[in-house]
Amino acid sequence: MIIGGLRKLGQVTLFLGSLLAQCGPALARPRLVVHQIYNAGARSLIIIMLSGLFVGMVLALTGIDLLARFGSEDVLGVAAALGLLKELGPVVTALLFAGRAGTSLTSEIGLMRATDQLTAMEMMAVNPMRYVAAPRFLGGIIAMPLLVAIFDIVGLFGAQLVGVQQMKVNAGTFWSQMQGAVHLDDVVEGIIKSLSFGFACTLIAVYEGYNASPTAEGVGLATTRTVVASAVLTLIIDYLLTAAFL
Amino acid sequence: MTTPQALSNASSAAAVSGRRPDAQAIDPARDDVVVAVRDVHYGIPTRAIFKGLDIQARKGRITAIMGPSGTGKTTLLRLITGQIAPSQGNVVVWGQDLSTLDREGIYALRKRMGMLFQNGALLTDLDVFENVAFPLREHTDLPEPLIRTLVLTKLHAVGLRGAAYLMPGELSGGMSRRVALARAIVMDPEILIYDEPFVGLDPISLGVILRLIRQMNEGLGITSIVVSHDVQELATIAHDSYLMSGGKVVASGTPKELAASGLEVVKQFMTGSDDGPVPFHYPAPDYRQELLGGDE
Repeated sequence: MIIGGLRKLGQVTLFLGSLLAQCGPALARPRLVVHQIYNAGARSLIIIMLSGLFVGMVLALTGIDLLARFGSEDVLGVAAALGLLKELGPVVTALLFAGRAGTSLTSEIGLMRATDQLTAMEMMAVNPMRYVAAPRFLGGIIAMPLLVAIFDIVGLFGAQLVGVQQMKVNAGTFWSQMQGAVHLDDVVEGIIKSLSFGFACTLIAVYEGYNASPTAEGVGLATTRTVVASAVLTLIIDYLLTAAFL
Repeated sequence: MTTPQALSNASSAAAVSGRRPDAQAIDPARDDVVVAVRDVHYGIPTRAIFKGLDIQARKGRITAIMGPSGTGKTTLLRLITGQIAPSQGNVVVWGQDLSTLDREGIYALRKRMGMLFQNGALLTDLDVFENVAFPLREHTDLPEPLIRTLVLTKLHAVGLRGAAYLMPGELSGGMSRRVALARAIVMDPEILIYDEPFVGLDPISLGVILRLIRQMNEGLGITSIVVSHDVQELATIAHDSYLMSGGKVVASGTPKELAASGLEVVKQFMTGSDDGPVPFHYPAPDYRQELLGGDE
């Protein structure tokens, strides 16, 4: 099992190396990358916004219950903002991204493999790593921070909806406390996390799709592996980064 | 000058190989040989696929490669196009041994080849026009009006100019293969490789593909390699034929010569007999013994 794990790690590393080598040429064709940002990002917007709204609302509900016990309802805005910016925003977005965009990437590339489209590109002397894998990889990495930013904004809106509109926390206090306590470092932490999660989730999705067995079962298994590995890796990276930023 | 002794020797050799004395012998030294597969061995972990395969394709001719299912016809195409490498022997294309070429070298050769896949292998996120334009956009800096002209010309040649803006999912199997053929010839290749081009086609589509293969060969002088097990169809277009079985070429010559061969394996393949040197049953224990064993 250990040898198998190391072998897989080596394969992913080699894949990453050839992927990074093709990122420059892929960037020279921004149309392909922009198309993939649309696929991975814009098409995930509804689920991200809906989830952000409810996560923000739940955060406000649980937060106000906890803070009321200490008579500190005034810092609800700070709690919601820090919770969203540093943890829930990047992590929940990454998990949703793996489930929506990651599975889509894996199954799309896997089916291209199964229907000989990647081989056809090879036969036309076009490197599929450059035309298929690299634009999707870059698209995912760029889309993730944007999705996290939207998740955070909608989440804060949800938190104020419950905290200010429903629980009657003073609006001025809610926003001014947040403004005073949230620093640039907190925002940077969220951005770094979102970039890291985007890198990991997209790499896994593209790798699994590219190396999927060219059968219906193979593509299905690769898609499952994408979700499981992305979720686990996201949580591990989150722990490591949180510890590093303390 | 051919001596009687030489004719006699050729006749004996032909009787063994299933060829007539007048058929072209495999001769890698010929200067019109474009593709030469020499003593190639190749296997997968579970079995050996080729055990000393020798095949050649000559310039401007249609070479048919036939054989029962599972005999390695598609694997042979993968060897010829440098997608896989033989464990022994070599594949020489335009005088270059593929094993000595790096990725860029292989790509340079592939730019001079076109390949028609069994299922068309069209890029599903591009429409028909963009599929055919794909190699031009990737490998040339031609202005858009010229690309448009070239693409429409090739689509017109396969009768699908009117389908230029359909998506691959809107095409029938025969139409997909014709679009793939247009894409394969858009860079004006010197070799065209067809992988099972007749599978699953209705008689009309099949006739169209046959006519197009002949036209590509006669009109453009393209060297064609057609892998198929459709004997009757290939007989109407092929100049040279090879019949593969058991990892080797068991007969070669024109399709008519193969049909007249006395070899059992050739006769079985050409007549479509269900049992013979190529067995109907996959290797299995004794039937009676296995059934009785199951009761116990």
